[in-house]
Amino acid sequence: MDPTIIAILVQDGVVNGAIYALLALSLVLVFAVTRVIFIPQGEFVAYGALTYAALDAGQMPGSVWLLCGLGAAACAASLRAEWRRLSPRRLARLLAGTLALPAAVLLATRELAPLQPGVLVQALLALLIVTPMAPYLYRVAFRPLAQASVLVLLIAAVGVHLAMGGLGLVFFGPEGSRATGFSEDSLELGPLIVPGQSLWIVGLTVALMLGLYGFFEFTLYGKALRATAVNRLGARLVGIGTAQSGEIAFSLAGVIGALSGILIVPLTTVYYDTGFIIGLKGFTAAIIGGMASYPGAALAALGVGVLESFSSFWASAFKEVIVFTAIIPVLLWRSLRGGVVEDEE
Amino acid sequence: MPRIRQAAVLAALALPLLAVGASADTVHVGVTLSATGPAASLGQPEQKTVALLPTQIAGQKVEYNVLDDGGDSTRGVANMRKLVDDGQVDVVIGSSITPVSMALIGVAAEKKVPLLTMSASARLIAPMDPQRQWVFKLPQNDSLMADAIVEHMARHGVKTLAFIGFNDAYGDSWLAETTRAAAARGVQLGSVERYSRTDTSVTGQVLKVLAEKPDAVLIAGSGTPAALPQKALKERGYKGHVYQTHGAANNDFLRVGGKDVEGTILPVGPIVVAAQLPDSNPVKKVALEYVHRYEAANGAGSVSAFGAHAWDSGLMLEAAIPVALKAGRPGTPEFRAALRDALEGLTNLTLSHGITTMTADDHNGFDQRARVMITIQNGAWKLLP
Repeated sequence: MDPTIIAILVQDGVVNGAIYALLALSLVLVFAVTRVIFIPQGEFVAYGALTYAALDAGQMPGSVWLLCGLGAAACAASLRAEWRRLSPRRLARLLAGTLALPAAVLLATRELAPLQPGVLVQALLALLIVTPMAPYLYRVAFRPLAQASVLVLLIAAVGVHLAMGGLGLVFFGPEGSRATGFSEDSLELGPLIVPGQSLWIVGLTVALMLGLYGFFEFTLYGKALRATAVNRLGARLVGIGTAQSGEIAFSLAGVIGALSGILIVPLTTVYYDTGFIIGLKGFTAAIIGGMASYPGAALAALGVGVLESFSSFWASAFKEVIVFTAIIPVLLWRSLRGGVVEDEE
Repeated sequence: MPRIRQAAVLAALALPLLAVGASADTVHVGVTLSATGPAASLGQPEQKTVALLPTQIAGQKVEYNVLDDGGDSTRGVANMRKLVDDGQVDVVIGSSITPVSMALIGVAAEKKVPLLTMSASARLIAPMDPQRQWVFKLPQNDSLMADAIVEHMARHGVKTLAFIGFNDAYGDSWLAETTRAAAARGVQLGSVERYSRTDTSVTGQVLKVLAEKPDAVLIAGSGTPAALPQKALKERGYKGHVYQTHGAANNDFLRVGGKDVEGTILPVGPIVVAAQLPDSNPVKKVALEYVHRYEAANGAGSVSAFGAHAWDSGLMLEAAIPVALKAGRPGTPEFRAALRDALEGLTNLTLSHGITTMTADDHNGFDQRARVMITIQNGAWKLLP
């Protein structure tokens, strides 16, 4: 082990850690606002990656059809839940959001996919296809259960995870894909070769984190989300729609998941079920951060990434064991120090 | 409600009729394979191939009942029990991966139903014992393939070798066979690294391998995940030989690997390069027929070596069922026992993966005619002389 190897391993760990950090952030966000432990986060990574890869290959990604189906289901669920209270304006907004939007995305994809319009357009299109699925899922699967216990929400999340995993196999097939990156150049820093794509990953992660910080600190929606996270009942008393908060939280999680997928698919092969294990590592980081602290989760994610890359060097056969075992001392420490189990609501 | 009850009564009345109608002189073949889950890249082409298997053998109707086990041993066993107990099958084909097939051996022996497995490990049929008598294995033994690889290395002056393999039974089996074959031919096996199918980075493993500067690296993975270490090696400027196992031989590997996998050397069943085989090779005709049938149904370039194992199981049944029919009617224990004996008695049967001669001790039956060495040239498989 010489300094070069250490440097390369750290670099590799930081790039992977950046992705885990994004996922950890959105897990913390969704949990804080809706109390859902968002297991399907990983599926959004895989969907984003494979949708982008399909577009990159000039094919029509199957996930577009899921988007349309989910949109219709979300529309039906919302109509059922609120048909008494629907004003014409809200009805129009609902129809535009759940039926017109997927239809527009479908048409755009059909037009653009065979043209292979370049990485940026493809990435945007992939984001448009995958992101709205998250709020639709919220309406279909989680909003009717909003008052249920964390355990029930967790079980619903597992159900969504299994369903999305199975559908992923149908849409994308059992084999993996790779795609063109945002940048094919690489930077030489002494013995280190830094691929441009990993700079994109780290850069976009930092930018997203700053953006989220600004969103939570300075915008009304962000403050509403924070209020919901702190005290659901109190937030409702002052007129914050907790259902809308949940939808925004899920949308953010969807964007972050899909973007993570788009960022990693040029660096590694992504399969329909890759997302789960990546999401699980983000989850490990979120747990280390206590499911509540954003900077804590982000730092822990970097730690997980670096730990992973060093353990793959020293003891590759035990890599996952080492990474996931790291959670145990943290949990021990937390339970010894905290002592009190948090009440539900 | 009354309507539902009516329907239920009708269904209950109709079921026995259907069952009786179906079992008269029909050979029932049960299939359990991993069409979903981690082994879906093996199970899917197998499932599509089962749809092409013969529906008539020696004047008997053949019916296939296909179940998915998702690569899960428990579900595999449940499937097999269901097939045997409810479906009254005469023979079971399955499953796609070794852990599931291992679990099926006990059921096959208990129910006295022959099992044709599409999984690779030699442990499924060796050492031969009363349980394994009921099991026949379609894919080549890893030892046959490992010998071919190490022989090629020895001929091309490779002295030191590094191993990067899956962190599962596939990697274990290959590590054992490679260690044995390398010791026999004086190739020195250095660092041994492992990774898992869903890993997004193998930088650590690759750095460790590169530090030793081996003459060659063997990557033991299957399908597209096998491309990841090779791309990482290329990225870090590795110039030696890279060998892959026959698990990598599908077209998706070429798609994902791109130009980074050019020049890879691997042993495969002859089916993969069927069109390039000399006409004198009897496997060519059988293999090409499968390729044409499969691609006619699923599109050009869709064929893979994995689905061909399912095709071969059909060929074996075509050869064995006529013999077994002399001993009893389908659906009887006598027929199943005779079918087992007939499978064990297959001699010089040409399959798409080679030519098999079963014996009481060898339920795979392949020899070196069941492997060829190939390389990747301009994004396509190329037969090596």
